[in-house]
Amino acid sequence: MGTLCTGTASWPNCSTSTCWATPPTLDSDLNQGIQVVQGLALCTLSTVGSAEMCRDLATEVEKLLLQPGSYVRKKAVLTAVHMIRKVPELSNIFLPPCAQLLHERHHGILLGTITLITELCERSPAALKHFQKVVPQLVQILRTLVTTGYSTEHSISGVSDPFLQVQILRLLRILGQNHEESSETMNDLLAQVATNTDTSRNAGNAVLFETVLTIMDIRSATGLRVLAVNILGRFLLNSDKNIRYVALTSLLRMVQSDHSAVQRHRPTVVECLREVDASLSRRALELSLALVNSSNVRAMTQELQSFLESCSPDLRADCASGILLAAERFAPTKRWHIDTILRVLTTAGTHVRDDAVANLTQLIGGAQELHAYSVRRLYSALAEDISQQPLVQVAAWCIGEYGDLLLEGSCEETEPLQVEEEDVLALLEKVLQSHMSLPATRGYALTALMKLSTRLRGDNNRIRQVVSIYGSCLDMELQQRAVEYNTLFRKYDHMRAAILEKMPLVERGGTQDEEIKESKEAQLSEASLVPTEPQASELLDLLDLLDGTSGAAQPPPPLEPSPGDVLVHLLDLPCDLPSASPPPASIPNLRVFEREGLQLNLSFVRPPGTPALLLITITAINTSEADVIHFICQAAVPKSFQLQLQAPSGDTVPAHSGLPVTQLLRILNPNKAPLRLKLRLTYNHFGQSVQEIFEVNNLPMETWQ
Amino acid sequence: MIKFFLMVNKQGQTRLSKYYEHVEINKRTLLETEVIKSCLSRSSEQCSFIEFKDFKLIYRQYAALFIVVGVNDTENEMAIYEFIHNFVEVLDEYFSRVSELDVSFFKAVSQVFLSRQSTG
Repeated sequence: MGTLCTGTASWPNCSTSTCWATPPTLDSDLNQGIQVVQGLALCTLSTVGSAEMCRDLATEVEKLLLQPGSYVRKKAVLTAVHMIRKVPELSNIFLPPCAQLLHERHHGILLGTITLITELCERSPAALKHFQKVVPQLVQILRTLVTTGYSTEHSISGVSDPFLQVQILRLLRILGQNHEESSETMNDLLAQVATNTDTSRNAGNAVLFETVLTIMDIRSATGLRVLAVNILGRFLLNSDKNIRYVALTSLLRMVQSDHSAVQRHRPTVVECLREVDASLSRRALELSLALVNSSNVRAMTQELQSFLESCSPDLRADCASGILLAAERFAPTKRWHIDTILRVLTTAGTHVRDDAVANLTQLIGGAQELHAYSVRRLYSALAEDISQQPLVQVAAWCIGEYGDLLLEGSCEETEPLQVEEEDVLALLEKVLQSHMSLPATRGYALTALMKLSTRLRGDNNRIRQVVSIYGSCLDMELQQRAVEYNTLFRKYDHMRAAILEKMPLVERGGTQDEEIKESKEAQLSEASLVPTEPQASELLDLLDLLDGTSGAAQPPPPLEPSPGDVLVHLLDLPCDLPSASPPPASIPNLRVFEREGLQLNLSFVRPPGTPALLLITITAINTSEADVIHFICQAAVPKSFQLQLQAPSGDTVPAHSGLPVTQLLRILNPNKAPLRLKLRLTYNHFGQSVQEIFEVNNLPMETWQ
Repeated sequence: MIKFFLMVNKQGQTRLSKYYEHVEINKRTLLETEVIKSCLSRSSEQCSFIEFKDFKLIYRQYAALFIVVGVNDTENEMAIYEFIHNFVEVLDEYFSRVSELDVSFFKAVSQVFLSRQSTG
């Protein structure tokens, strides 16, 4: 039987008919007194045993678990581990002996027992509960391991049985997750292990690493967590690459929960970006992208862009999209945002996502003051290099839209660039003819040429020529466009100027989640209908009121939320709020106004990522019998604040507590000054027009702290 | 959990292999060639942990021999690194200054050591 066992141990699978015969023979082998034979039988069972075999022989194995001979017990424990992996239902058989096996002194059996308990806990929550009682015992075992001195049998480079230590720590992690009591018992021990382990050799570092992972996963005290992060920081400074790698991996896991602690190690992480090693730089890239926030966005983007220039091609796509995402979330100014995107497009244009072009065009379109600047920069970038497709597409679009600004003369923000009409046309033609241009790019260039026909002052012969040539192009899309444009020139010349006017701002679809976009669709359609300009002038009046009270009489800051901004922010917000896990201190709601059944409530949200920002939702509910119509609410705050009033959800508050009208206020309070808010309401109720101006008192302190 | 343990030399010949999870015979050779290719392409300054498909590879080079262990995500990489070294030290003790020839000629012995160590 012994030889058969060693033979079967190397079989790849067990579907042959001989396997049917083995269980009874295995059974008899297991019950024989001879240790070697029992050991062999157990080995066979663990490696080749099928599920049925395991079920049949489970009780036998359990008996062997409690036998006096340590060799057999060790093998039995290991067999039990394998059986549990194949047949999880056997856990109730193997549960009772575990507690007793923990008292073993033999490290082999102990290691096997810990593995068995780990497997049991991973597979069934009931077992997990059961074993939470043995946490003190485990703590004791680990403590003895750590504090005993050198033992020849178990010491590896100065650490006493690191494998057992690591296994116990892993089990403690599983037991302590989400369980306050166990976590508390472990706290001291973990601190002790963390401080006493010798880190000069790899074995010590392995134990330390496991300790850090355990601290992160259980409900540990903050002091302990800080200790863990510091250990990881020390690992990062280590010159050994392996240690740096594990440190980066664990920091990535921690960055969600202990963001500020990880931020302290940001400089070291950024340094790791420059590593030659691919695994390390990938981890460093992921971690750096996770660490970008509004305060360090400029520095980080700088680093990330220099990384982009020198990194390996497979990391480029991730890096580029990461930079673009970070720029979108934290861009301090529009100009910086445009610059960043431009730089990414020039360096890694071929690796960016498809919607980067759409985003950039939308962004440029929305930033009116930057049109001249962006068109100039894009023109110079295009003149240098026409191979990067996304860049060419954006540049072509921009030149088409704002070509007149390009030729105008000087722009304060860039060096003076003297551009002739002929140069512009020549460049666009070059793009059209280049073999590097994709069909989509050609389409952009052709449309741009067409738009220039209205923007440029010279005659349009050259443009007409190009357009008619492309009327017989082989590409369907281009041909269609060219023919349409040709017709525009010939038959509908009077309409050409109107058709080719500057485009209005496109609604942004883009980067935000689809579900959120759909849920906001209804609100969007209403928002786009409500005019915002009339509000602006009345807002200025209100601000005069507040400015008067605060002393200095200066022209109030212009607040004109353009439709584009409204839409952008409406879409922005839902992404902010769900991603921020429940706000740390929720500020209580406030009822600020009540008259004849119309109630106005304020609710406050402070997104945790941006402490200076406060979002106030004004909700108007009508409990009376008559509808409130033409409801307009305006707000004003002291000058040091920045206020953005978004379009309300509607201007009728239906009677009998129908659907309330909500309006969102964004208040930026960088100086943390006390918040004062003045509201002005105008509406029609019961046939009378009402106007109310009042200051909101008793605003809770948390709104401006 | 350890998925496999390989000892491969620089020319790509497998000296020792032990699989702890079921893998088809023909797939094994393929796996081994891919693994050794990714290990050989690393320089000495790079770290010893590679992400490969859905598991991690931890390798250590001893002269002309690479010892590669494939693990899943839950393992402590540094502990496995230590484990590899422990194994080599055991072999060294037994064969007194072990070399690749010892491992290939006395395969059975090496396998026994491995099984003892990995299963306790």
